[in-house]
Amino acid sequence: MAAPTFEVPKLKEISEVPRIQKGAMAHTKSYVASAAIQQAIGFPGELVENWEEKAIEKMGDLLGKYRSFKVYLDTCVHCGACSDKCHYFLGTGDPINMPVARQDLVRNVYRRHFTFAGKYFPKLVGAKDLTRDVLDQWYTYYNQCSECRRCSVFCPYGIDTAEITMGAKEILDSIGYGQKYTNEIIGKVQRIGNNLGLPGPALEDTLEGLEEDIEAETGVAVRMPLNQKGAEVLLVTPSADFFSEPHVESLIGYAKVFHAAGISWTLSTHASEAGNFGLFIGNYETMRNIALRIREAALELGVKRIIVGECGHAWRVAYSFWNTLAGIGAGGNDPFSIELQQQLDPRYPAPQHICEFTYDLLKRGAITVDKSANDHRIITYHDSCNVARASRMGDMPGGQFVIPREIIKMVANHYHDMAADTIHESTFCCGGGGGLLTDDLMELRVKGALPRMEALNNVVQDHQVNFMATICAICKAQFSKVLPYYGFEMGMVGGIHQLVSTAIQLGPKQ
Amino acid sequence: MPVLTIVYASLFYAATAILVFGVGYKVYGYARTPAPLKIPTTPAPTTATGVVFRMAREVVLFESLFKATKWTWIFGYLFHFTLVLVLLRHFRYFQEPVWLVINLIQPFGMYAAFGMVAGLAGLWARRFLVDRVRYISTLSDHLMLALLLAIALSGLGMKYVAHTDIVGLKSFMLGLMAFELQPLPEDPLLLIHLGLVATLMLIFPISKLLHAPGIFFSPSRNQIDNPREHRYVAPWAAKLEQK
Repeated sequence: MAAPTFEVPKLKEISEVPRIQKGAMAHTKSYVASAAIQQAIGFPGELVENWEEKAIEKMGDLLGKYRSFKVYLDTCVHCGACSDKCHYFLGTGDPINMPVARQDLVRNVYRRHFTFAGKYFPKLVGAKDLTRDVLDQWYTYYNQCSECRRCSVFCPYGIDTAEITMGAKEILDSIGYGQKYTNEIIGKVQRIGNNLGLPGPALEDTLEGLEEDIEAETGVAVRMPLNQKGAEVLLVTPSADFFSEPHVESLIGYAKVFHAAGISWTLSTHASEAGNFGLFIGNYETMRNIALRIREAALELGVKRIIVGECGHAWRVAYSFWNTLAGIGAGGNDPFSIELQQQLDPRYPAPQHICEFTYDLLKRGAITVDKSANDHRIITYHDSCNVARASRMGDMPGGQFVIPREIIKMVANHYHDMAADTIHESTFCCGGGGGLLTDDLMELRVKGALPRMEALNNVVQDHQVNFMATICAICKAQFSKVLPYYGFEMGMVGGIHQLVSTAIQLGPKQ
Repeated sequence: MPVLTIVYASLFYAATAILVFGVGYKVYGYARTPAPLKIPTTPAPTTATGVVFRMAREVVLFESLFKATKWTWIFGYLFHFTLVLVLLRHFRYFQEPVWLVINLIQPFGMYAAFGMVAGLAGLWARRFLVDRVRYISTLSDHLMLALLLAIALSGLGMKYVAHTDIVGLKSFMLGLMAFELQPLPEDPLLLIHLGLVATLMLIFPISKLLHAPGIFFSPSRNQIDNPREHRYVAPWAAKLEQK
């Protein structure tokens, strides 16, 4: 880790709300997408000539298409309920990182152009023209929102800043002012099938290598099938699971679970990515195109079930949007959805989360575990924002909090929750979600992780916690990078299926 | 008929029309705009009945605000609750005979205005004392509080300082509703009070007061958590499937 060029916040036992520091993060600007990156996914290569007119036109278009955007821009009363809820504000003190102020960047322009008060009394309501300065501010601060929805929990009207951020990013993309990191990745998944840009043969090699590793370690030939027609389950997982530490440990865990349960499964090169960065830029068509790859792979391989690996925003898109976008789910009565519904086994939810799948097997005793294998770990669990506040597991509200914790307690002996106001629906973002997991935003990522690091530090001090489990590829990557800044070991973070992998018994049942 | 009566009658007819049609127009706009994706803030109810209860807790108890900040909740709740009492109390100026329930709440309604003033003062104090709230406050946020406070104080003034001709006022209001104008008592405090109320009605559809109808259309609060069981496609999105 290179010495940071910024001051890393000090961890406090009791978290404090900072005083506002105007412009504290104004210098932080994520790299702008090049013309090639933009054009590859259908956006203008550079800022178009009549950008102001085009941006307002796009805003009008979104106001007609998204009720959330329209209602949320009108409804805010500036009550301040959200003002101390964003991890980026808590970590930086920059007032524009308060959700309400972030929303106001767009709201002020909305008022100027689309409301009576803003058209005729702009000063009174703070309405503003979309000048170049305002546009740059949009780019700077909408690329400092991880779309984690924490503010939406506390807003008396449920205003979700993520919806405004997505709208703003959609407008910025449409006039040629996109962000490099996110848009480059969207290009890769559309061209190659996954965010890492890992071609089919490389994926095949990687999986073979992992099979050899597992066999060397356990003496059991656990398979990692690829493109296997007729398999029962299609597993769609974030591509980081194939390559990155600690992600790969969870992939090994999934493979062991399928093996031990005796359920045939396969990965797909065409759909070798659960992640869907189309969500981050709020572009429906992009998100839909990426989701359609999963549908195509499922139809092509003839699978009966679709299961999603450990990835937060991917689970949001899968759980909440796949049925809408790609007909993966139940209840559709149009030919498009019936085609896939006829193929899938209706006894299982589509899609299903890997934790729902493993939890069910553990409960039924279909797989056996040795809990003591995890005795060297004292574990806590970080709820990932998209799982916590934008999806569900199981059949009751809040199952997304219960099921992961139940799995941990079934495979390990030592578990402690972090403070109540930092978990479940109040969980803090890791600091790297929403398309911000890029080195050019390192200062933001480190500072944005502060609330989570303080909560973690408290359970480390009180219970000697040495492992923070999470089920999100972005959380894992972000924490691996950020933990050392706060004096923790990067290996402290890992997946739930990493714990399952340690404890699961692969031999014949005793 | 005195000029002032005609002016105030016209003002109230205009204000009522703008309130009703303005809010109606906004609500129509909200209702007609599709919500193409399922975005309830979870954990969310999995049934329609559950959503009704969630919305009721939000509207009646300000559940989310309670989670967020206790001070704002106390002042906000105090203001809104007493406002409802005061509004109900005022029904008696618009009906003859007066409903029993309106008669029953009169004693509470009389003191509720003090609660309104306290709530508004607390909310306004936050806009100066909390640096974050000070930063986000616009001129219109302050003016809105000033307007509401002035309405409450002028009302209190008529109740406790300088009594107005309440019988005359009632016959003016009943006359307005029957489109048979009756003279309005020309008491300065009453004229101020009524003028401010009309102003509030006029700005309702073009201001942040839209939070009242808006909450019912908030997708994060009014959607059922059932996307795996039900397929939902907005009309504009369905067109993509036909390509």
